[in-house]
Amino acid sequence: MSEPLHPAPGIDVSLPSGDDVSLRPRGASPGDRLYRGFILACALAIPVLIALIAIEVFVGGWPTLREFGVSFLTSSEWDPANGVFGAAPAIFGTLVSSALALVLATPLALGVAIFLAEFAPNWLRQPLAFLVDLLAAIPSVVYGFWGIVFLVPLLRESVMPFLGDTLGLANTPFFSGPAYGRSMLAAGVILAIMILPYISAVSREVLMAVPRSQREAALALGATRWEMIRDAVVPYAKSGLFGGISVGLGRALGETMAVTMVIGNRAEISASLFAPGYTMASVIANEFTEATDDLHLSALMAIGAVLLIITIIVNAVARWLVWRVSRERTA
Amino acid sequence: MTISPPQAPQQRPSSSQRQTPLATRVQRDAAERAAKSIRGRRIRSRIVIGLMFLASALAVLPLLLILFHLLREGLQSVSPSFFTELPAPPGDPGGGMANAIIGTLILITVAAAVGLPVGIGAGMYVAENRGTRLASLVRFLADVLNGLPSIVIGIFAWQVLVRPIGNFSALAGGVALGVMMIPLVTRSTEEMIRLVPNSLREAALALGYSEARTSLSIVLRTALPGIVTGALVAVSRIAGETAPLLFTALGNQFWSLALDQPIAALPLQIYYYATSPYAEQRALAWAGALVLIGIVLLISLGARMATRNRFGLGSGD
Repeated sequence: MSEPLHPAPGIDVSLPSGDDVSLRPRGASPGDRLYRGFILACALAIPVLIALIAIEVFVGGWPTLREFGVSFLTSSEWDPANGVFGAAPAIFGTLVSSALALVLATPLALGVAIFLAEFAPNWLRQPLAFLVDLLAAIPSVVYGFWGIVFLVPLLRESVMPFLGDTLGLANTPFFSGPAYGRSMLAAGVILAIMILPYISAVSREVLMAVPRSQREAALALGATRWEMIRDAVVPYAKSGLFGGISVGLGRALGETMAVTMVIGNRAEISASLFAPGYTMASVIANEFTEATDDLHLSALMAIGAVLLIITIIVNAVARWLVWRVSRERTA
Repeated sequence: MTISPPQAPQQRPSSSQRQTPLATRVQRDAAERAAKSIRGRRIRSRIVIGLMFLASALAVLPLLLILFHLLREGLQSVSPSFFTELPAPPGDPGGGMANAIIGTLILITVAAAVGLPVGIGAGMYVAENRGTRLASLVRFLADVLNGLPSIVIGIFAWQVLVRPIGNFSALAGGVALGVMMIPLVTRSTEEMIRLVPNSLREAALALGYSEARTSLSIVLRTALPGIVTGALVAVSRIAGETAPLLFTALGNQFWSLALDQPIAALPLQIYYYATSPYAEQRALAWAGALVLIGIVLLISLGARMATRNRFGLGSGD
């Protein structure tokens, strides 16, 4: 058969482009096969790693899950000394501190995102975006340290008395009791600061993906700039904004060090945000190296397994929500 | 000055063409506000924008406070001996974190040795097999891996590398950090390789380059500055991680460079000292935090420079 000839200069030999057309030479050389095998192995390493992580954590936690069954999730008695393990206080603490962080961070983060995407003057946009990104670059342990030294005393001496006595909220169960500095409230505030850059980064990207025509149409219909955002941009980006919030939630659920340092680490369920608490991640961080007997270790790994499931679900939902907006844009 | 009320939306158009929700919403709101003056609406708009500016200022405030405290407390305690000496016994003044600084560098090196090849390889696979089911799955799972709590990855490393071997080690800590790097490097590599024009690849193949050589010496090399940036960003993310090291690298008060022994790390040392009852140790923790942030920011700055370099190259063609 005729070999392809070297084309003369000027003759168009552009190859058809498109994903279905293979540009690969027919017979793969050993080098090619080695290369393809290597990148395939690297790609497969990711699913394998996730499976291994899940298996190892579940296998480690299995003795506890088998012994306590469902009561591991519902019992609120966590007593390593007597070998009784109920994860409810830790699960409760994780959910409450994350929810509190979302409540505090979401309005601010959306405000930042909308301001950066729509309103910020050019000279302010770059530096402001840089500073907000910098929040994400600060290590968790530094947040925790700052929390101990600055935030916790501030909460104990100013914020908690203000909320409880000045606003008279001390009568409600949520703000009652002595004002411990290290508390659920401190964990929620520090988490809010930490997840804000994640929510605002995703939200900003989603907002910038909203087509210009959407904005122009609203303005042409007589909307003010705020009405444009509220009526034309936000509804269009809604699912992506929820995706950004879910990304923040995923971060908050798994955050360990800063929370461990400010939450007080007490395995009790209390309605009051002023009381100390515990989270799943901080139980593990706090007790893992000190756990001497196998059941205690396995209980900690069982908590890790529960945490793993929750975060995988939250992250999958987050990704799906963001993907929906980007798909609409390309469609 | 008042604006005449816009026409209320006519009853639904009889044609099959549906009215866009946007127009409905805007007209409805405009109709609601028809009685209000345009001035009121503009003022309202101004107020909301002002509130968003306030939100931005409020969001940045903690950052400024943290940096302020870090500089004020940290600069007092950073001394030459901080970089050259071992931790002093509790209660004794002086001492440093030399071993922790070296330990962090060693852990980062191990993490990069694990995370970079796998991450870059996976990123190349995803970019070159775009659209296939496996590539989409790997991309999705990279995001899932990225979202896993770092403490869970610590448990994994403990189960695989500490429990069977019987002692805590720098290797286990480095591998835990490396696992965290993989998804970051995968996603950034993929994005960078997608930026390489297809014509470059086609030209190389047309010249008779093998597929492997095209990918490695043309595509990868073109994307290299971007991949370096991604790698540096990934390193800066994991450099400050503490949770996965708690029960893998464990920390060490003495000099140790051995991979099979517990090793000190800056974030661990900060954690132990931050919760210490001794004022000297808390002062050292501030210094450690300042140095750690300095390292993280330096690496991020390096990443930015590498990006700038890439754009410099890009403008040439």
